[in-house]
Amino acid sequence: MIFHALIVDDSSAVRAFVRASLESADFARVEEAGTGFEALRILATHAFDVVIVDVNMPDINGLELLSFMKKSPRQQGARKILISTQAGGLDSQRGVELGADAFLKKPFTVDELRELVSRLLTPVEGVSG
Amino acid sequence: MTDPRDNVQQEFLAEAQELVEALSRDLLLLDEAHHRGERIDPALVNEIFRSVHTLKGIAGMFGYKHVGAVAHALEDLLDDLRLGRTAVGQNLLDILFDSVERFQSLLTLEDPQSPQEEAGVQQYIAAIRSVGIEEEVEEGDPIDKYAIDQAVLAVLTEYEEHRLRACIREGLRLYRLRASFDLMTIDDSIEALREQVQEEVEIITYLPSMEGGNEDTIELVVLLAARVSEEELKAEFEGRYGLIEAIAEQTHLPTLPPRRTSIPVLSMRPPSEDDGGQASLRSVADSVRVDIRKLDHLMSVVGELALVRSAVNRIVDRFKHDVTHRQSTMDLDRIGRGLERQLLELRTGILDVRMVPLGQVFNKLARIVRQSAREDDKQVRLVVTGANTEVDKLIVEELTDPLMHLVRNAVDHGIESPEARLQANKREEGTLALNAYHKGSNVVIEVEDDGGGMNAHLLRDEAIERGLLTVEASQELSRQEMLDLVFLPGLSTRSEVTDMSGRGVGMDVVKTNILRLGGMISIASEQGTGTKITVTLPITLAIIRALIVTVAARTFAFPITAVREAIPYMPNEVHTIHGRNVITLRGETLAICDLGQLFDLRKPGDREGKFVVVGSMGNRKLGFVVDELIGQEDVIIKSLGKSLSSVRGFAGATDLGDQKVALMLDAPALFTEYFEGPDVFRGLESRP
Repeated sequence: MIFHALIVDDSSAVRAFVRASLESADFARVEEAGTGFEALRILATHAFDVVIVDVNMPDINGLELLSFMKKSPRQQGARKILISTQAGGLDSQRGVELGADAFLKKPFTVDELRELVSRLLTPVEGVSG
Repeated sequence: MTDPRDNVQQEFLAEAQELVEALSRDLLLLDEAHHRGERIDPALVNEIFRSVHTLKGIAGMFGYKHVGAVAHALEDLLDDLRLGRTAVGQNLLDILFDSVERFQSLLTLEDPQSPQEEAGVQQYIAAIRSVGIEEEVEEGDPIDKYAIDQAVLAVLTEYEEHRLRACIREGLRLYRLRASFDLMTIDDSIEALREQVQEEVEIITYLPSMEGGNEDTIELVVLLAARVSEEELKAEFEGRYGLIEAIAEQTHLPTLPPRRTSIPVLSMRPPSEDDGGQASLRSVADSVRVDIRKLDHLMSVVGELALVRSAVNRIVDRFKHDVTHRQSTMDLDRIGRGLERQLLELRTGILDVRMVPLGQVFNKLARIVRQSAREDDKQVRLVVTGANTEVDKLIVEELTDPLMHLVRNAVDHGIESPEARLQANKREEGTLALNAYHKGSNVVIEVEDDGGGMNAHLLRDEAIERGLLTVEASQELSRQEMLDLVFLPGLSTRSEVTDMSGRGVGMDVVKTNILRLGGMISIASEQGTGTKITVTLPITLAIIRALIVTVAARTFAFPITAVREAIPYMPNEVHTIHGRNVITLRGETLAICDLGQLFDLRKPGDREGKFVVVGSMGNRKLGFVVDELIGQEDVIIKSLGKSLSSVRGFAGATDLGDQKVALMLDAPALFTEYFEGPDVFRGLESRP
């Protein structure tokens, strides 16, 4: 099956990179949001399998989006990846508390991203879906 | 599996370039605030941090190792700056300004991993790391003073938390604003909110909540820090945005949890037509990046369509008097006019897309001014007007080098040292003005300094010394003509050439570059008071309005920007001065030049031309004798190709439809040849 992913980042190069990484080989269909507001609009009406958010964005930051998704009934099934600066820093600690499933540290490679997303989206054995 | 990086490489370069430009712009603002002793806006520092942070991230992903390494070191420094661990100082500013140039050169490397760059990059990184860090003494967490929702505290990024702390320390009061926003218009609403609060209020964060929201609206809890009282804040925001609530200061124990659910929410949803609940994933991003070559292609399609339009015109003309096809001819004429209107709109649209503000170049120039002034120990104030003036992207790019040279010259040679200025009864600080404005279909850029001005006689003497001018010829020169000597190849204005201008190109190269863009350059200078260099350029290179003429049954096109007027030619009124043919036009002597003879197209005994096209270049005028005036047309210039590139006097060829090709005359070259050089128009006999 093709997964449905959302990348939220204010850098269009990062969005293009994520899209190209995940869309090749029909792995996932990727939607993009360039601001937190745009993400809110999309998240309000569409469900995703995986949402990748950058922590540092102007206005609505990545943590706030995580907090929003945690409360949003529509996004309960989404796996969440937070793009943060330092692993283990304050931002990623807060991310865990807000329900982030994994972290990506910029810069990341195509393979790291694909590997992480497929690991998150593979159903755990013994758990029926 | 193909590497997706290949496809998005362009996206990376474009964004990286934008980030570096933004960095440069913001650094100038920071520098200015620092020098004026103003409070440094934390939002500005954060913007600078964000640019570098983003650049670091994407550089790493796209294999730009050196860019990534430099950005990483800078990011750490800027992080310290925005988190208050270090302060803005001269040393720090210098390091930051250096980074702009470095990024630009590193981004243009053929091999972004190039080992040759390694040493320089490491050295620079060491310099960045050496900028001192002033540790701040923490005495208890000021955030504990307030009863802030845990839900809000949990979503603050490290930076936001720092700003919150800093605001509390500065004595600002904390407030909570709860408001509901329409999801479709939230960007604009928040922008409006931000504009309104600028001075007295800092927005710490926005937390979207699920309460009171549905698919169309969302409620935000906005955490504010303000200098003003609760009453003032309420008066300004309540009703317009939502409910304002002061956040209580903790006394001993945490107070009761805030009454979150009991607060009514005012809706900000503007009355709008029902969109039927249709949600769309359409991206609302409002801009796209386009490769300029695609626009060039579109422009040439417009050119081809214009030819179709002329073909229709000719058919209409042919049948105009044919009674049997009267109705059809009229219909065709109407269709042709419609096509022309749409074409014009299409063309205007494409041209509009190509336009970028000159501010981009001006920012770069501002850095040069700053740098040159420091190297020369001079004080220079830069005054910029018209940074929003728009010009074709290609022109902006070609313009950067010549303008950089002019600006360097102005600082190095124009503006005097503070001591010399004081002696001359001037302010210690020199002023360099960069002005840009539109004038008809041209853009004018002025580089004006209030320095020592140019020494016209020195220029003349130097020209004579170098054998560029004979003593006899020099005696007839006006002051203006002496100043214009500075554009001669190989003439430098000063014997002691400073380090910087010694490296730069000479004024002759500046002039050549400007002329190549279809522009003009002129100098005005008063000794003791300053120099003004004026560069006039077409707004776009993609299309040129031309006057079409014929000479000996061949068709030529004059760029209309070089044409002053056209008058009937009276051979009997021609007389000769200094071996040149001249006529008198409204009391002024006008030199004339017969294009037929110049290009060797007329044989003895052929009838003479009927019109004089009066051309002007800067402050010079020259009349060109032609046979017929066909009319004005907008033409798209095509290059003559490599094999004909040595032929002077023509800027290119243009297709007029009807299988007719006209040669576009290179007005600057014609002027130069006529006034300055002997016949270089040889070899034209074989031209069509």
